[in-house]
Parts: sequence; structure tokens; C-alpha cells
Amino acid sequence: MWDKLFPVWLVTRRELRDQLRDWRVLTPLIILTIFFPILMNEFARMTVDFLNQYNANLILDRLVPFSILIIGFFPITVSLVVALESFVGEKERGTIEPLLSSPLENWQLYFGKLLLGVFTPLMASFLSIFFYLVMVDRQGLDMPPWYIILQLLILTTAHAILMVSAAIVISVQSTSVKAANLLASFIVIPVAVLMQGEAVMLFWGNEDVLWLAVAGVTILALLIVRVGIAHFQREYLLGREIDVINMRWIGRTFWMNFKGDAHSIAEWYGSSIRSSLRKLVTPSMLIVLIAGIGIWLGYDWIIQNLPTALSKAPPEEVAKLAERARETPELMRLRESFSAPFLFMNNTRAMVSILVAGLVSFSVLGIVLYLVNIGLIGGLFGAFELLGIPPWPLFLGGVLPHGVFEIPALMIGSAAVLYIGVALVTPQTGKSMGEIVIELLADWAKIFIGIVIPLLAVAAVIEAYVTPLILVAILQR
Amino acid sequence: MIETNDLSKQFNDFWAVDGVNLAVKPGQILALLGQNGAGKTTTVRMLTALLNPTRGWARVAGYDTVRQGRDVRASVGVLTEQHGLYMRMSANEYLDFFGQVYRLDPKARKARSDNLLEYFGLGEAAHRRIGEYSKGMRQKLALARAMMHEPGVLLLDEPTSAMDPESARLVRDEIARLKSTQRTIVICTHNLVEAEALADIIAIIYRGQILMQGSLDELKNRVLGVPEYEVKFSHAWDAGEMEMPSGVTLAGKTATSLRVRVERPQELNPLFVRALSARSAPVMSFQEEPRSLEQVYLKAMSEVRGGVNVG
Repeated sequence: MWDKLFPVWLVTRRELRDQLRDWRVLTPLIILTIFFPILMNEFARMTVDFLNQYNANLILDRLVPFSILIIGFFPITVSLVVALESFVGEKERGTIEPLLSSPLENWQLYFGKLLLGVFTPLMASFLSIFFYLVMVDRQGLDMPPWYIILQLLILTTAHAILMVSAAIVISVQSTSVKAANLLASFIVIPVAVLMQGEAVMLFWGNEDVLWLAVAGVTILALLIVRVGIAHFQREYLLGREIDVINMRWIGRTFWMNFKGDAHSIAEWYGSSIRSSLRKLVTPSMLIVLIAGIGIWLGYDWIIQNLPTALSKAPPEEVAKLAERARETPELMRLRESFSAPFLFMNNTRAMVSILVAGLVSFSVLGIVLYLVNIGLIGGLFGAFELLGIPPWPLFLGGVLPHGVFEIPALMIGSAAVLYIGVALVTPQTGKSMGEIVIELLADWAKIFIGIVIPLLAVAAVIEAYVTPLILVAILQR
Repeated sequence: MIETNDLSKQFNDFWAVDGVNLAVKPGQILALLGQNGAGKTTTVRMLTALLNPTRGWARVAGYDTVRQGRDVRASVGVLTEQHGLYMRMSANEYLDFFGQVYRLDPKARKARSDNLLEYFGLGEAAHRRIGEYSKGMRQKLALARAMMHEPGVLLLDEPTSAMDPESARLVRDEIARLKSTQRTIVICTHNLVEAEALADIIAIIYRGQILMQGSLDELKNRVLGVPEYEVKFSHAWDAGEMEMPSGVTLAGKTATSLRVRVERPQELNPLFVRALSARSAPVMSFQEEPRSLEQVYLKAMSEVRGGVNVG
């Protein structure tokens, strides 16, 4: 084991030695580590003075943990530069080739850089937090409980791993340090937004939700590490010398993958779409499984939580709600506002949202959206059951007619998004990451245009013109 | 041992290397010549298992470059186009780092590093930061790195560039010594004198394809024709209707000299000299007209650009 890990340590140690000799890295790091806690402490003192005037004790309690979160974050953003130039910087300086020509394995090189990238900012962050806590203690301010400090240290570590692993992916895929630095905003901005959410949770005082944030950030960080390793290819570190967007190549690669060998639409459906569908067999099975889980979760959540909510509501309101549910809605009038094009556009937008959410999160957020969509069915079942309305006739009349088309479209589209995430974290040799992303998008577009759109179009027509008639008939009975 | 078959590499629509066949045995040096961008570096990178061939295959030190890339890299010493030195390290630290990467034990690392630094005249500067080194010193250190783990195969890109004549000589001597220890060596160079002095096989690469390869004599014969010899006389002498051995043709003459083309010098030169002495020719000297690799290279390149097949 040590035999395999030693080269990782070797790479890290060399880089660390190099870094400790570079004043351009050390100076901002030292200044931030020492200066920022002092600044934050001063800010906290002023805030305490201000809030004391209004007895805002709750905010005061949360101010120190919030400051710890911020103090831990800043050194990471500064030392991100080190991770960003870990590979592409060596490429520019010409030092990468001897390293790549050595018997070091890809993962050893990668983790060596990752370890160093995480180690320096974390040391700076922890040191900074330590200085700050010493200052808090000496001023006699309330120290947060140990488990909150532990939670914040873990969250800071997860932030560091997330940001550094993303920076290293950028470094491997970039052609110049300049390009890597420009792309850094794609890391800093989302993490800053994420931290705003975490800060809200901190002030809200819900530690359990904060643990979920820790878990979410850690999972995302691990996925990014996996993507980095999967697409780390020595070949691509040596090639691609210039930063030029080759639109012609992008267009051609997309088109070749979209069209396949087909010369007609019939051939396209017969060969190209079929081959894409074959790839979706396993994701589709998972999607069906997720649907089952989603429906059950939606049903269970409503059954568990709705009675509590209803018990708190005035009985006359509940009775009114049940009555309204039993009433025949003016569905024929609704048809005017929910026309077939409207329904079609709405469902198409939902599918594109699943893709976009999936693309930025290795499918995770896309599948969460799918889960929410499908979970609504279970939720409705539960709600009708609680209101004493038999759900099956409503489902058979109000969902099934267009759902026969819409639900498979949703499932196939989501399976295609799930496939993208899985393919992104799977090693593929001989192809650049850009090439893989274009091919995956072409695959998704094939499924979307060839299958999802026609199904959604049929579903929209049925939902607009047939479902209301059936539903009205059932409800009138 | 290096062996390639139809070795080819395509970048987008461009074939950087196209159908290269090479065979270099242990104890042989191959000089890869060609213009900038001809495909030398890409070929070397494929031999180092850094690039995967688009077509064809290569075996280096008995290992397949695609399936056994790690073994290939462990058996090869590479001097890259750029030195690739870490400027904030000292030469000692640098060689020690690569010694560890190649899994040498501490004792062997120290001994090997000291020896190499001493040999290349870097002993006194061993503790200085590499950033303070001159270009030539850096080149020597990069070469020392390539030799650190005593690899069976050496791939050297411009091994003596930026070096003073003395250092260049030192490097050439070391390469010759390595050759005598049955190492397989490939040199990419623009220094034709160096290639001529060191190489057993010369390959000229043009637009990714091997234009020609063979020993220096083979290339000279192929490109420049059969060798010419000049006979100088001590005083004016008329050869008259002197009968030449078959395979020897008269290329020109003056009152005090003769120029002849000899197809098979080893076999025919003794016969020709004998014929001259039979006619009591006042021979003062008999020597081959100097024909350099540079002439071969330049002629080959001008002919290929003019559309003449020189292969």
C-alpha cells in the first residue's frame, strides 16, 4: 500500500517545498492567515456593539460561527491559484514532460497535486480559525459549542476539497494558466453562493440541515475528483497548445454523433436512435427504481405531514378544501389557458431544466428534479386518500391518458441525463473531455428530438383535449 | 531495443507522424533528422508512451507502448525539448527527486547523482538553485536526469544544444560510452556533424514520414551517388587510354590529378590502385572526396521539395 502511495507523497512534498520557497504564494497566504482573523474580529466587535443596542442576542450567538465559516473560506480562494496552475502551469513552464515521462501512474500524479492543493489552503484556514478563536476567547465572547466548531471545520475541509478538485480539473483541461484563471470564477462564484446558503442555515440555527450541506458538498467534491481522474490523460496535457474555440470541429463532432450513419429519418430512427437507446437500458432501470422510490416518498411525506398540518388548520377550512376537491372544476374553461402548445412548452422546459441541472451536477440535481416531479404523483395519491377521495379513478382519468406518453418521455429524458453524469465520471481513453461532452450532448439531443419531443407533443394534445373530458366525466359521476 | 511498425499519429485532421517503421538494436544509435515540425518530437513522445499512436504500434525495451506504458516509461530516459527543470530546487534535490520517482534506493541515488554531477562538471554548483544556472548547465543537468536511473533506452532531443564545445564533447563521449554498454539510443538533432559522428542509423523525417533511413554510407550512396576518389600526382602525368576496372569510371582529370567514381570501393579500390602502379603513375595521394551528412540532408530535402523521390 505504502509502495503505491509513496509516489503521491513524493509529488506533494516536492510541490510543497517549491511553494514554501515562492514568496508570491507565501506572502498573501501569511497576510490572509494573520490579518483576516484580526479584521473579522474587529468586524464582530463592532457588530456586537451595534446589536447590543437592540438585544439581538440570537444573531450575536451566530456571529462567531459565521465568522469562522468566512475566515476558513478566504485562504482557500487565494491558494486556489496553486491548484489552478498545478498542471497547466507546469505545462507552460515545460516541467510537465519529464514528470509525465516518468513511471508515475496517472492517479499518483493527480492525487499528489490534489493533496498539495488541499493541504496548503487547509493549513492556512485552520491556522486562521485558530487565531480567531484565540481572539474570541481573550475578548470574553461566547465560544461556540465544540460540535459546531467541528462541523465548521469539516465544512471548511469539504469546501477546500470541492474547490481544489474543481480547480485541478480545470488545470488539467486548460491550455494556459490564463484560461485556467478565467475559468476559476466558475468555482468561486458557485461556492460563494453555496456559502450564502450555509450562512443562512447557520443563522437559522439548524445544524441538522448544515450536516446535509456537509454531505452534499462532500459528495460533489468526490464526484469532481472522480471526473478529474477519469479524464486525466497525459496525451491531452501535451497536446492542444493554443486556446482557440474550433466551432467547425464542435459542430462537425456534434453532427456526426447526432446523425450517425443515417441518410434518412427512417435510418436515423432505425440505427442512430436505437444505438443511443441501447445505452439507456441500465439508466432507465435505475430511473424506474427512482420513480418507485419517489412515488413512495411523496406519498409517505404527505401521509406523515399533512395530518399534522390539517390538524392545525381550522376544521371549516379543511371541510372547504375537501369540498372544493370534490367539486367538478371548470376544466373546459381551463382548456383555454392550458392549451396544447402551453402544456407542450411547459413540459419541454421541464425536460431542458433537468438536463441543465444534471449537466452542472453530474446528473445529481437533474435526478432530484425528476424525483420531485414523479414524487408529486405519490403526494397527490396521499392527499386524496387523506381527504377521503378515492385516488385511483382520478389517476386513471386525469393522469393516465396523457401520462402514457408524458411519463415515459420524462423517464427516457431523465435516463439520458443520468447517462451523461455516469459517462462523465467514467474513464474514457483516446478522447478529450470536450469531445466526450459534445458526444453526450449529441446523444441527449437525439433522444430529446427523436423520442421525448414527439411523446410530449402527443401528451400535450391529449392533456389539453381528451383528459379534461374524461376527468369531468369521472368527477360528475 | 526499439521497434515500430506503421507508427502514426493524427491530431484532428493533421497526420503528425505517418507510417514510421524503425528498428534500433541495443548498442545502436539512431539519429532522427528533420525540419522543425517534421514529427520528431511526436515520434519520441509515442516511444515514451506519452502519446498513443492513432495507427500502428511501437515496442520499446520489449514493452508495448500502449498496453505497458508504465514499464516503457520506467525503462526509458528522456531528454525533452524543454529542459523541464524546477528552478527553485538545487541540482542535488532535483536528481534526488527523480531518483526517488524511479525507485532508486538512497545510497544508489546519492552515488549516481554525485557521479553524474561530477562528470558533467556540476559538482561545485550542486547546491545552488537551478534558476541560477546557465543554459548549458541546465542542459547538462537535464541530461543527467535522463541518465539517473541508468535506463536501457535513451531518447535524447538535441542533447548538446546550448553547450560549449568542451561540454558538447563530454556529452558525445558519454553517449558513445552508453552505446558501448548496449544501450539503445535515439537522438533528435539538427546538429548534423554530431549525428554523423554518433549515429549508426540515420533517419530523415519529412512531414511525418520517413524519407529515408540507413547507415551514413547507404544514405550517401543513395542521395549523392557512388563515392568519388581523387588521385593526385607528384607531377603531370598522362593516363592516356588507361583501362579502368569494371565499376570504376572516370569523372574528370587534370594534368596532375584524376577523379574517379568507384561503385564498390572496398572491392575495387585495391584493383584501381594496382592498375595505376602497373602504369607507374606518380601517385602522391589517393583519397575520397569528402561527402558530409549535411550534403545528403540538404540534397534530400531539396529533391523532396522539388518532387523528386529520393527514397
